[in-house]
Amino acid sequence: MASGAPLVESKGLSWSIDAFAVGAAATPDSRYFVASFGDGTVRVLDLTEASKGFKPFDIHKGSALCFAPDCDAGAHLSGGDDGKLFKVHIDGSTEVVADLGRKWVEHTVSHSETGFRAYASGKEAFILGKKKGDTPRQIKLETSVGGLAINPKGKRIAVSHYNAVNLYWLAAKDGQPQVLPWKGSHLQLAWSPDSDYVVSAMQENSLHGWRLSDGQHFRMEGYAAKIRAMSFAKRGHLLATGGADTVICWPFTGGGPMGKAPSEFGGIVNGPPVTAVRAHPKLDAIAAGFENGRVIVGQPASPHVISIVEPPKEKEPSPVTVLAWTPDGDRLLAGTEAGDVHVVDFRAQS
Amino acid sequence: MTQQIPVTVLTGYLGAGKTTLLNRVLSEDHGKKFAVIVNEFGEIGIDSDLVVGADEEVFEMNNGCICCTVRGDLIRIIGGLLKRKDKFDAILVETTGLADPAPVAQTFFADEDVKKRTKLDSVLTVVDAKHVLQRLADSPEAKDQIAFADVLLLNKVDAVTAEELAAVEHKLRSLNPFAKIHKTERCQIDINKILDQGSFDLNRIVEINPAFLEGDHDHHHHGHDHGHHHHKHYHDEDMDSVSLSSDKPLDPAKFDQWIGDVLMSKGPTILRAKGILNLADANNRYVFQAVHMMSEGAFTGPWPAKDKRQSRMVFIGRDLDVEALKTGFVACQMA
Repeated sequence: MASGAPLVESKGLSWSIDAFAVGAAATPDSRYFVASFGDGTVRVLDLTEASKGFKPFDIHKGSALCFAPDCDAGAHLSGGDDGKLFKVHIDGSTEVVADLGRKWVEHTVSHSETGFRAYASGKEAFILGKKKGDTPRQIKLETSVGGLAINPKGKRIAVSHYNAVNLYWLAAKDGQPQVLPWKGSHLQLAWSPDSDYVVSAMQENSLHGWRLSDGQHFRMEGYAAKIRAMSFAKRGHLLATGGADTVICWPFTGGGPMGKAPSEFGGIVNGPPVTAVRAHPKLDAIAAGFENGRVIVGQPASPHVISIVEPPKEKEPSPVTVLAWTPDGDRLLAGTEAGDVHVVDFRAQS
Repeated sequence: MTQQIPVTVLTGYLGAGKTTLLNRVLSEDHGKKFAVIVNEFGEIGIDSDLVVGADEEVFEMNNGCICCTVRGDLIRIIGGLLKRKDKFDAILVETTGLADPAPVAQTFFADEDVKKRTKLDSVLTVVDAKHVLQRLADSPEAKDQIAFADVLLLNKVDAVTAEELAAVEHKLRSLNPFAKIHKTERCQIDINKILDQGSFDLNRIVEINPAFLEGDHDHHHHGHDHGHHHHKHYHDEDMDSVSLSSDKPLDPAKFDQWIGDVLMSKGPTILRAKGILNLADANNRYVFQAVHMMSEGAFTGPWPAKDKRQSRMVFIGRDLDVEALKTGFVACQMA
């Protein structure tokens, strides 16, 4: 059970930005939160002076659609429906990474150690190496890209689409992908920290996963809603997922989740589904956001849940779309479709 | 409750006048803001930020059930549009000339996000009076688009004689007895006649008066009961439409079982079904609609005092077993 008043009231700050929160991340030094929004802005919060609020920068002509930390520390990638993928620096200055004209940049991802960036629009995905001025490798798929994810080793990229997830070697200039077939529309992707498992959240309220070392695959069903959000725990021993009225955590120890029951925490039976999850960068804790704007932090199978944000009483509740931790694990950002943004500081009061 | 944005789907084979209609809707001074999803850029004369290119990707959901095919690209595009700060009043989806309208319509019922934030208003099919008969002869898609429509825009009426026009209209009615037909030249029409139709809104389906043509093969049923039910049926070579009615209340359990069985076994061939039903022991009207196997039904409100409580249903589909539908419907009547 959650106990006491939500933490944001005593140890947090909230803002009403009035635009869909698309993505958010903290800089590697844990000093800034950077987030992108449906009004085309990227906003920067300096945590050393958080009370001053987010500094907005107008980046996209329309809406931001995808967001990821850039491989260059401190910068971020923001793709939008203006067809542009920008590298946005902490001071709001930008570089155009890609311009796809009238197409939308719908997915982007990068890998800090290896310097690879990738982005996707419609049925095309592009991989960009670290060298400046290189033309991106273009990958054409038969159907639209549902998600992109680079494995933690930085060697391979998974591209989800209809009826399969394709794996490509990032360093290769061409070559056939390893195709992981499974019928249905594959969307968000997650890699286990050891890069052995790749898991896709599907259109059909289910997960499908593959263990690459031996080719085994598994499906997890029974979700009431689209899963939408997945996050592997730092140690890799579990995968937290959205799509149910509690946070469903699949065990990835001792041979993977096949045939095992998940553990769960938080939520109300038949209540609003979990729409966002993010594992703590250091501890075995998981932040989860719900469709009604509620945010909690908890641990699988533990009855103790910390309430971070409770659904608003004075206005229409809005689904949590983004959660981000600072790498030191001290602060959590939560953002909603309506643009309510909360930042909570977990450190002891100083 | 989040406001749902109405969506109008524009279909019609190549050259029928879809783009003309789209440009007309967009250029007219109506104070409305549209997001337009087109299958091809370039033909749209309006330079709007809110014109989005689609890929017409048809996905099967739920392990390949044909009736659960949806447009994956629409799910994706609508998800993106809904992130925008500067909202719009309505969405127009233009399909290619060869598109099957069913997956487009089914997208608005099958995907939870799309369903929550948007509502399908109507399917509008533009038909070229001069060429439609020929298209119908050589293109099954053209037939599907007409049979599926809520609104038919019979365009280029100035290019045909009065007799030809009557023949075309007759043909359209034979394929689809419940669509509204508007005759136009160069797609000139008051947009209020094509937008905000509420064709899929159970609360706005208030009457089912299929416009069966006088003197058509009226398979007026005889034999069974005592004039408590009437059935009309018209069929093209392979497209059937049937209208069923009953003055006796229907047994809710029997109806539920019957319609469930019909949609389960014949769903793939049923393009559209609608019904306003008088269920026994219910004071309110039960309104029902289906696109292939996807159906919804609800009690929408009391029967108007002046109306007699008559149950009416319409099915449009390919090679329907009309007799079985009639018999099944009659068997739902209270004893």
